[in-house]
Amino acid sequence: MIHVENLDLNTQPPHLYPEYKSTILRSPTKPLMPVAEMLKEVSLPAFGESVMGKFDNDLTKNARVSHDPIGERIKVCGKVMDEYGRPLKNVLVEIWQANAAGRYVHKEEIHDAPLDPNFVGGGRMLTNSEGRYQFYTIKPGAYPWGNHFNAWRPNHIHFSVIGHQFEHRLVTQMYFPGDPLFEYDPIFQSVPQHARHLMIAKFRMDWTDAEFALAYEFNIVLNGSSKTIFE
Amino acid sequence: MEKLLTTPSQTIGPFFAYSLTAEQYGYNFTSIVNDQLLTGETTAERICITGKVFDGSGKTIGDAMIELWQADENGHYRQPAIEKTNDGFIGFGRMGTGTSPGHSFNFYTIKPVALNGQAPHINVILFMRGSLHMLTTRFYFSDEHELNDTDPLLNSVEPGRRSTLIAHKKMAGGEPVYEFNIFMQGENETVFFKL
Repeated sequence: MIHVENLDLNTQPPHLYPEYKSTILRSPTKPLMPVAEMLKEVSLPAFGESVMGKFDNDLTKNARVSHDPIGERIKVCGKVMDEYGRPLKNVLVEIWQANAAGRYVHKEEIHDAPLDPNFVGGGRMLTNSEGRYQFYTIKPGAYPWGNHFNAWRPNHIHFSVIGHQFEHRLVTQMYFPGDPLFEYDPIFQSVPQHARHLMIAKFRMDWTDAEFALAYEFNIVLNGSSKTIFE
Repeated sequence: MEKLLTTPSQTIGPFFAYSLTAEQYGYNFTSIVNDQLLTGETTAERICITGKVFDGSGKTIGDAMIELWQADENGHYRQPAIEKTNDGFIGFGRMGTGTSPGHSFNFYTIKPVALNGQAPHINVILFMRGSLHMLTTRFYFSDEHELNDTDPLLNSVEPGRRSTLIAHKKMAGGEPVYEFNIFMQGENETVFFKL
């Protein structure tokens, strides 16, 4: 058995989690080198509004060919913050997901579920001056994968976040409340139990667009405090 | 102020390409960055960075995503936002390893300069299926022995592992190419950083 030093952030998964089989040959076996102090001054790039397409934050529209995509339309809203809860503005949030049937557009995806000609499942946005982001999409379906016999991923939306400092880089997945697949999914289970709720969006009846789309709240807390928020 | 719990990381999975590197993979979505860290004219030396990512069995990994982030020819990280069209040095690039037959990544950039006692280097951020948390490292240049010998970060790495952070220079078609391979495990396991 290979032993790997966990990140000292106790909400984070280990690099090696053997139940998620692909980690076995792809996780470092040697301790990570603590260099935070030496990388303190390293930033991350900022992005401007011009890189955003008109419907990049509306996945129900950004690949529409002839009809609206099939599935349950939802709105996902949230705030990106540093560890002290201070909002981070101009943070790039990129998302990708399966369609309502649990099928990804990716060419190597082989799950036998239909593609939706009006849905791709990619999007992006910048957080506003209050650190908030929002997008519309179709609720993604569950799908099987090859990790073990009859393995299924819970419904989820992938997030990639680029904040202001080097340690503000995060890739994660947002899950939906009450998913019965949580207890069977090694990717979800790889996170320490007390921190798993941080990956589950909150249903927000009060934020729904009446008679149009149900709403979910997913807040994101990035590693490290921010130097730039008071500018 | 009370600290909040940070959002847990999860794997990028195998299907990131149609959102994060769409143009490279031929998907019908735009890309905000690509393999070009520079735009137009530069007085600095143009270089190519190439490499592969190897798993613990020595196989190349075809579903990794690499980001590079480096300072410009004056030693500054880009401050203006990256826009749809850019003047000046971008310094940030992103590529998946799934579109070249050998699973290699290739970036086009300039050779960074030494600054504040640090040898020239480029930061690397690595994601892949099977990786639950991002990995970061950086590489230095094989033709900068003297500067590398005095670099504080490189010097804090145990001597036997420093070579895993060196990109090796070769010439291809008269152009300098630096090869930086990433080994997840094994004898030459790359030094990764804890942030």
